[in-house]
Amino acid sequence: MSDDSQSQGEHRARADGVQAGSTADGQAPLLQAEHVQLYFPIKYGVLIDRTVGFVHAVDDVSLSLPEGQTLGIVGESGCGKSTLARCMVRLLEPTDGTLRFRGRDITHLGRGPLQPFRREVQLVFQDPSSSLNPRKRVGQIVGAPLQLQGVGRDAARTRVRELLDRVGLNPEHVNRFPHEFSGGQRQRIGVARALAVNPKLIVLDEPVSALDVSVQAQVINLLDDLQDDLGLSYVFIAHDLSVVRHVSDQIAVMYLGKVMELSPAAELYRKPIHPYTIALLSAIPIPDPKENRTRERQVITGEPPNPINPPSGCRFHTRCSWATKICSEVEPPLAEYPGGHLAACHHPRNVSSAEIAAATRSPLSPLSAGDLLPAGVDEAPGSGTESEVAARTAGNSGGPDDGP
Amino acid sequence: MTEPLLDVQDLQVSFATEDGLVRAVDGVSFTLDRGEVVAIVGESGSGKSVTVMTLMGLTRSPNARFAGSARLRGGDLVTASEEELERVRGQEIAMIFQDPISSLSPVMRIGNQIAEQIRAHEKVSKADALDRAADLMERVGIPRARERLRAYPHEFSGGMRQRVMIAMALSLSPSVLIADEPTTALDVTIQAQILKEISQLSRESNSGVIFVTHDLGVVADVADRVLVMYSGRLVEQGTLDEIFYDPQHPYTWGLMGSVTRVDRDPPRRLPAIPGAPPSLLRAPEGCHFRPRCPHAFDRCREVPPLESRLPDAPDHLDRCWLATEDKRVKREVGGRIGLATGDVIK
Repeated sequence: MSDDSQSQGEHRARADGVQAGSTADGQAPLLQAEHVQLYFPIKYGVLIDRTVGFVHAVDDVSLSLPEGQTLGIVGESGCGKSTLARCMVRLLEPTDGTLRFRGRDITHLGRGPLQPFRREVQLVFQDPSSSLNPRKRVGQIVGAPLQLQGVGRDAARTRVRELLDRVGLNPEHVNRFPHEFSGGQRQRIGVARALAVNPKLIVLDEPVSALDVSVQAQVINLLDDLQDDLGLSYVFIAHDLSVVRHVSDQIAVMYLGKVMELSPAAELYRKPIHPYTIALLSAIPIPDPKENRTRERQVITGEPPNPINPPSGCRFHTRCSWATKICSEVEPPLAEYPGGHLAACHHPRNVSSAEIAAATRSPLSPLSAGDLLPAGVDEAPGSGTESEVAARTAGNSGGPDDGP
Repeated sequence: MTEPLLDVQDLQVSFATEDGLVRAVDGVSFTLDRGEVVAIVGESGSGKSVTVMTLMGLTRSPNARFAGSARLRGGDLVTASEEELERVRGQEIAMIFQDPISSLSPVMRIGNQIAEQIRAHEKVSKADALDRAADLMERVGIPRARERLRAYPHEFSGGMRQRVMIAMALSLSPSVLIADEPTTALDVTIQAQILKEISQLSRESNSGVIFVTHDLGVVADVADRVLVMYSGRLVEQGTLDEIFYDPQHPYTWGLMGSVTRVDRDPPRRLPAIPGAPPSLLRAPEGCHFRPRCPHAFDRCREVPPLESRLPDAPDHLDRCWLATEDKRVKREVGGRIGLATGDVIK
């Protein structure tokens, strides 16, 4: 833990120099995260709580979202994607780094100064049945943000009907309770509530994970329409790569609190560079029996290590079949490849040696990362035969039952 | 022809409620052979879970009504007495549930939970039962199994808990294993591991597996045969390839059309099935899928479709009034299989 407090000091000193992802035309992106970090303290003690460690939930993440676009964030459970989303809407306060909304620093703003920001940024939750109050009628639920923003009763009533119609619900149903709706309809209510105050940015935390496939498609099409019509920007959180593809302009792949790969959406599927992204892609079964049978799949073994004590160097090295000695020693920076494709890996896949030679260290790289860019294309998996990977996994992660 | 392992004939399950009779399962027939994986797909509320829970005798309650039969090794699971069921459950037929955390006791050590089931069916000492529990845990891929016998469920991750459930289900080598959405709550990486294990273990023990899921990707991964359920009825069944490459029912087309594929460039818009499944209290007359089906015609309203089979594929059954040649034309939407709709959202 001691080197964490050290790196935090260093963190601040170096952070000023980095202007993560400002756009070429000089216009500030809508939302910008610069080296955002959130550590949850682990307290222990009878009378006096002592902090015995930290959960490294989000560890130096830099991302930016231009207006009108969608940023997809993908990763396994526990990778920090939801924590990052909660930071972005400022439900949580980052322990370090800077969050900017339209160029304005909102990292440590208090309740009052945040009020105008709250109107512009809304959140849609994963589980529509637990994020809607079962004792409130739909009209009250969707109207609540309007009431908080001081809209008059009659105006609010008209607006609620308008919103329900907008998300494809019958406006006559304003007096119904959430339980009278199906899962997909409930998620539409959640979307309507988020839209109530005319936000510019909506953070969607796994908005379709709890829904049936056929209904997922309906909700995604709705989100798509709303974005086109209202010029919304989205941050779309998902736990696998299949759904985000349809909505995202950019996709960030997260693992244990760090960004592993950041790429324009189509590019990521055509040419995944990071072994973790490749593993995530090949874990998704394809709904086509013949192709599924012939497809070569890399099933990664084990589970993500404990975020209280993350592995040294590259955080994925304990489960990676390409890992070599350097991966456990030096944290790779985000290397920028052609097409704005960023990946933090010492042994990148699907790139030519020319592309590797041309790669540069991205300013979005974590501050703790080294300056070492990948050396060249390696043809065969490194030292990591399957059994070795399994051994590393068993030794290092030990599973989530290794708590303090 | 050899007798199937499990033979379900015209199974009907309904529940009397204050609002009327809910027909959760309405005339479902299928068979399961040894070493075979049968997948049941459908939306939530289609009756897939009620079907398998009835096979386990878990839907019995004062307001439940049953008809039909489910024959497993000479006995009928629908009419079996509680005592018979107690003997059969675990030993002949076992189930893995969707949510492992609510299926495990939070106050009992993992080892004891597995051993308890073994001791309920066989006369063995506690030490021997624990020993077998550790072997089982190793078999399903739990590292350091012996140390972890004394762990509690909260000390395990989601994937490990699901492995414990699988170990419990396999503890008495049942001939039928039911998996009810076993990977829905898990990450894709863990899902891939678990699916691999389930199909491997069932092949080793030569048992039949009924796999309930709503994910067609998972179906393509594990199943030999597929049953498609909609609103309590079986609308189509066939082998894996028949269902994926020659689907006959418009609902199946809709399911196929609405899945996302990571290996293809996505269509501009996802083809969705319009509307929502009907209430089982007031199911539509005729074909249950008619209100959502763009190809429906008069006959669909008047008569519920009968089961028909294709001349060249005798095991491929479906319930739809459209003519076969008609279907092959109508299911082509933009070069792939789908439900031709005007992209209705409401």
